[in-house]
Amino acid sequence: MELLRAEGLRKRFPGVLALDGVDLTVRSGEVHVLLGENGAGKSTLIKMLSGAYHPDEGRVLLDGHPVHIRTAGDAQRLGIATIYQEFNLVPELSVAENLSLGRPPRRFGFVDTKRMHERAVELLARVGVDVDPRTPVSRLGIARMQMVEIAKALGLQARVLIMDEPTAVLTTGEVEKLFSIVRRLREQGVAIIFITHHLEEIAAIGDRVTVLRDGRSVAEVPADTPQDELVRLMVGRPIDQQFPRERGQAGEPLLKVTGLGRKGVFEDVSFEVRAGEVVGVAGLVGAGRTEVARAIFGADRYDTGEVTVRGRRPTPGDVHAAMEAGLGLVPEDRKGQGLVLGADIAENLGLVTLREATRAGFVDRKGQHQAAAEVAEQLGIRMTGLGQEVRTLSGGNQQKVVIGKWLEADAGVLILDEPTRGIDVGAKVEIYQLINALTASGHAVLMISSDLPEVLGMSDRILVMARGRLVGELSAAEATQDGVMALAVTEVEGPRVQ
Amino acid sequence: MSSSVFLRRSWLAENGALAALVVLVVALSLLSSDFLSVTNLLNVGVQAAVTAILAFGSTFVIVTGGIDLSVGSVAALSAIVLAWTASVAGLPWPLATVVSLAVGVACGLVNAALIAYGKLPPFIATLAMLGIARGLALVISQGSPIAMPDAVSHLGDTIGTYLPVPVVVMVVMGGIAAVILNRTYAGRAMYAIGGNEEAARLSGIKVSRQKLITYALSGGFAAVAGIVLASRLASAQPQAAAGYELDAIAAVVIGGASLSGGKGRALGTFVGALILAVLRNGLNLLSVSAFWQQVVIGVVIALAVLVDTLRRRGM
Ligand SMILES: Nc1ncnc2c1ncn2[C@@H]1O[C@H](COP(=O)(O)OP(=O)(O)OP(=O)(O)O)[C@@H](O)[C@H]1O
Ligand SMILES: [Mg+2]
Repeated sequence: MELLRAEGLRKRFPGVLALDGVDLTVRSGEVHVLLGENGAGKSTLIKMLSGAYHPDEGRVLLDGHPVHIRTAGDAQRLGIATIYQEFNLVPELSVAENLSLGRPPRRFGFVDTKRMHERAVELLARVGVDVDPRTPVSRLGIARMQMVEIAKALGLQARVLIMDEPTAVLTTGEVEKLFSIVRRLREQGVAIIFITHHLEEIAAIGDRVTVLRDGRSVAEVPADTPQDELVRLMVGRPIDQQFPRERGQAGEPLLKVTGLGRKGVFEDVSFEVRAGEVVGVAGLVGAGRTEVARAIFGADRYDTGEVTVRGRRPTPGDVHAAMEAGLGLVPEDRKGQGLVLGADIAENLGLVTLREATRAGFVDRKGQHQAAAEVAEQLGIRMTGLGQEVRTLSGGNQQKVVIGKWLEADAGVLILDEPTRGIDVGAKVEIYQLINALTASGHAVLMISSDLPEVLGMSDRILVMARGRLVGELSAAEATQDGVMALAVTEVEGPRVQ
Repeated sequence: MSSSVFLRRSWLAENGALAALVVLVVALSLLSSDFLSVTNLLNVGVQAAVTAILAFGSTFVIVTGGIDLSVGSVAALSAIVLAWTASVAGLPWPLATVVSLAVGVACGLVNAALIAYGKLPPFIATLAMLGIARGLALVISQGSPIAMPDAVSHLGDTIGTYLPVPVVVMVVMGGIAAVILNRTYAGRAMYAIGGNEEAARLSGIKVSRQKLITYALSGGFAAVAGIVLASRLASAQPQAAAGYELDAIAAVVIGGASLSGGKGRALGTFVGALILAVLRNGLNLLSVSAFWQQVVIGVVIALAVLVDTLRRRGM
């Protein structure tokens, strides 16, 4: 039964027509996938259903009646809940408080903390995520934040549940959990709008697919449409090779990590990355991959072990020293750690190279601008110009900026933490080509990714982490999805590091 | 094609304050025949100078997402130090000036150390300095004004018959602030830190060191403002510039900066300071009581920022 319908939606932002006539129908009890390149207008579309933006033209019908969704409150009353691509959690508040945000259980006019806590425990159990409800959200990694967002939306008991790239940062295990929740909701008759750039998920969870291209809805097809066909509809051309890794001869070790540990987080991590190599790091959420990467890069401290970069030992806990030694880190949390959202694209792209571009205190802004223009072109960032505020870029295009600023920097050893989070299939291939170019010119890449096909397709060696420890290493030839997963769920002996 | 749209938009956004200033000037020249004379306008410039110089310094701090409440006190302290070292201790005036500037910078460095290494919130650290610097000014001067050395007092004069030196100093300091903000590493780092401190740190910017530079600049600018003020009055007064920090912050904010950091320009601040000075001058000419002036100025500050916020949200 048709539940929600959007007709002829149009939305203009300064300098760009984001939506140019979009139609969408969603039935109750279906998972409706929105597919489109970065900047195609997916997030803009759903923001009109959630009351964040208002369409310039067109209308939205619920149960066949036109509705005006002016605020998030309106959407909530109509039974529409949304999980945004960029999280809407208050970092300083606890998980429990975030889960009850805006409608905490009350008793005699006061917040009933006991009930709030119970509600949180129940919601967290539903999504199967293992966090203490009292933890401040700022202390969660990006994947756990995502799970909290999902739990928060479930608490609303919506008729229409919108999920904007909920799986972008989740590992296979969490994705499975999410899917089983989604299936249960579907059986209860909830209409689900699901955005993803992982094509294999479409057949697994979806019923129908609406494809957006350049702000228009160009097709509505069943979810079992072959992937090639979906790609063609979305990009307008076929993509012949999804993972075009060109493996070369590995050279000298550039990065050497020995016995790295931080109490309660990770322990005894040792490995090396050689020139010309891409080393992938797989593992479940909470395995400690991001924490290790941050420690190597000097973003956090470590208690034991050492890090050697091209024979040098940068001071622990000093980002600047790590960069001098030739390290770079593309962080997983683009909004919190990667971008200055209020600054423009050129400024963001030039941030890492700012020091090099400075002579006698003065920045060579023209050179910076030129370099930014080149990288933007290379990555195909969809923008109105280099002066566009990064905040107004689509999620995938923001991610390209985070990667781009490190490509400009020419770091000898580049650590990528979820580098292709939210990036469309076409642009992913471009990024893989750039990784190839880096390794071909003797750089080394350490790539953390929750996207298993990507880890398998792009790495020369794969390290698997579980519960704060390195539990295995596989060569590209011997690694399979099942093999990696089997290692990732290893129960490490002794007390759980966490 | 579309990049020009963005340019035009930001041009508008940045010149909202300028538009307000123009409206104000036109309105006042219609309301009072005395307003639009060269003498009066230069007078306005002199009135604006001290606030503007303080505000340029505060712009650095506000761009990094901080706040500096101590600038008024630091200005007074620096002026007292200059007057005391020259008139009482007998140092030659150029040396006394250098010492005075150094004191301003030192106050800024102490602020920054408390903020960057002691992890105090800027509000608290600079509030403490507001008290400390004012107290030291009173201690050194024993509570009474000290005459400024003659050579420095010329700063309060005019070049030729017309051009007041404070106005020249204001414009020069404004130019320096603009160059620092736009063209130097320190300036660009300020925007990055104010926009997202963690992203700045992970991009290799030494955040603590950049904060030292930022607050030191604010202290240095405050010292210059203090010297200009004292030379206009021909004596350094320990109670001078009390409350000026709020005018400085108001000027910065009216000029389009955001107190949450990452936004702000020297030109905007300049316009903000002029708006405050024009408003005070105009209200005086119209013989509005000093009590009502405070009300009007408060309303104008609220309006200016409100309009700016609405316009930004409107996109
Ligand atoms: N607030 C805004 N101001 C200006 N432009 C905007 C704004 N929000 C979105 N846009 C532009 O609208 C277009 C569509 O963006 P949208 O976020 O809907 O893309 P998307 O399909 O969700 O992409 P992604 O897969 O990268 O998340 C982009 O070109 C983007 O830059
Ligand atoms: Mg999006």
